[in-house]
Amino acid sequence: MRARILLLTGLLVLVSALWLFQGLGPNRDFVLGLRLGKLAALLLVAVSVGVATILFQTVAQNRILTPAIMGFDALYLLIQSLLVASLGTAAFASLPAGSKFAAETLVMAAVAVALFGALLGQARGDSIGRTILTGVILGILFRSGATLVGRMLDPNEYSIVQQVSFANFSRPATDTTAWAAAAALPAIAAALWLAPRFDVLALGRERAISLGLPHRPMVLGTLALVAVLTAVSTALVGPVALFGLIIAGFAHAIAPGARHLPLLIAAALIASVLLVGGQWAFERVLGQKATLSVVIDFAGGVFFLALLLKGKVR
Amino acid sequence: MTIHQGIEISGLSHAVRGAEILAPTNLKLPAGRITALIGPNGAGKSTLSRLIARIEPPVTGRVLVNGLDVATTSTDRLARELAFLGQHSWLASRLRVRELVAFGRWPHCKGRPGPADRAAVDRALAEFGLLPIAGRFLDTLSGGQAQRAHLAMTAAQETPWLILDEPLNNLDLAHARALMAHLARLRDGGGSILVVLHDLNFAAGWADHVVAMKDGRIVAEGTPADVLTAPALSSLYETEICVGEHQGRPLVLHHL
Repeated sequence: MRARILLLTGLLVLVSALWLFQGLGPNRDFVLGLRLGKLAALLLVAVSVGVATILFQTVAQNRILTPAIMGFDALYLLIQSLLVASLGTAAFASLPAGSKFAAETLVMAAVAVALFGALLGQARGDSIGRTILTGVILGILFRSGATLVGRMLDPNEYSIVQQVSFANFSRPATDTTAWAAAAALPAIAAALWLAPRFDVLALGRERAISLGLPHRPMVLGTLALVAVLTAVSTALVGPVALFGLIIAGFAHAIAPGARHLPLLIAAALIASVLLVGGQWAFERVLGQKATLSVVIDFAGGVFFLALLLKGKVR
Repeated sequence: MTIHQGIEISGLSHAVRGAEILAPTNLKLPAGRITALIGPNGAGKSTLSRLIARIEPPVTGRVLVNGLDVATTSTDRLARELAFLGQHSWLASRLRVRELVAFGRWPHCKGRPGPADRAAVDRALAEFGLLPIAGRFLDTLSGGQAQRAHLAMTAAQETPWLILDEPLNNLDLAHARALMAHLARLRDGGGSILVVLHDLNFAAGWADHVVAMKDGRIVAEGTPADVLTAPALSSLYETEICVGEHQGRPLVLHHL
């Protein structure tokens, strides 16, 4: 496992170097600065999605659920649409990026903890089927809510919402990168620090309590971390849909077993390699002829079907 | 102040959506003994054991385990006082037997096992005959092997109290007897055990103390010879049950 993680780290260094230094033109300082900013945003998105997906799957006791499938990113979009609708374009655009992001993240964490905490932290919340169904329905609800609010906006206002409603890896919102990093880095550090506790949490409610883990605070805290990390990735590039599913699948294959520390590190590394490498290939090699998000969703869909057909999902 | 060793239950009750599962109950379970909890389906045996093990919060009442109030003591501290094994053993994560058993040491080592923890895991694996399959994944095991792995995890917790909800599920007769003998050894070493049993002869053969429940109430309590009598059992299970005797212990003939 150590060798695989080292290999992944090497790969990440390689793709990052390619991303930064391949085909630098005459304006090297300018281009390099631009690329560095984008690389930071992409890495932040990748690690956030990877860690959030693993944490969510541990809390939900399920390998096919991801925050995106359960509608976390749709919730972020709904909050965004509501903000634009209630404040108007001018006021929304004039809000400082930092405080806007902080407020959205806080609201999102509160709503996610309230809704999904009720769903997953219950004494008799043992039914996986009910969890999946409720989550999918909540996801549809948030998405429809966001669309409904979008319909009521005038076209100018809607164009602002639209910008953030579709995954766009080519042009991450680099103006929020610093704020997103300020939110994501503590959340990621917390996740790594709590890793041994996630090992116990994954055993299920009854065993976790019996082994002395305060189960309910753990579930709620984990959901808050997932909400913050999803807010970060959605704010930077928009909803990532099935990206998390692919990462979690690879991570479980590379770091099998009970321990979350290698699992989280593997997920973060795989996500970074895929995102930076994929974006490099699509931007520089394929010359923007296709977009990475479409390919990721396609591969994610195939992987999702494979999981279902192989009966890995119970 | 002398701390009462044992489990003291006062006014404990439980209800789910208005349906009473456990009527207000007072009960004292002695330390250093094997106590068997018996009764027909739906009597509230599992609920009582889960309330004691703080898996479910009670509607009313209080539970003291060796003087610690289950409602107010930290769950981490309680995990070093009592170990609980329930009936549901579905697991989302894919674990090897040794990994699962090692989780029993979590209350002591918090994920950083030392030599003492590894030794305890090895002891538990050996005790339940799991050493040959310690490297196998749980989802490749039979129901009985998986049950033994879970029992070994609970045993590795090495707590003064052991609370087991129908631990004989899925076990063949050799392993069932071996488990009861293991519990008896723990008792002889000063351990205290509460075990929900369906097979009355295991209660008759191994328990020091028997508590009989029906419809959410405790209907009888005492030594096996006191509780496991033909009239008492016949009314408890509402079916004709004969009781013989073997080596000075009751022998329940419920299958004829």
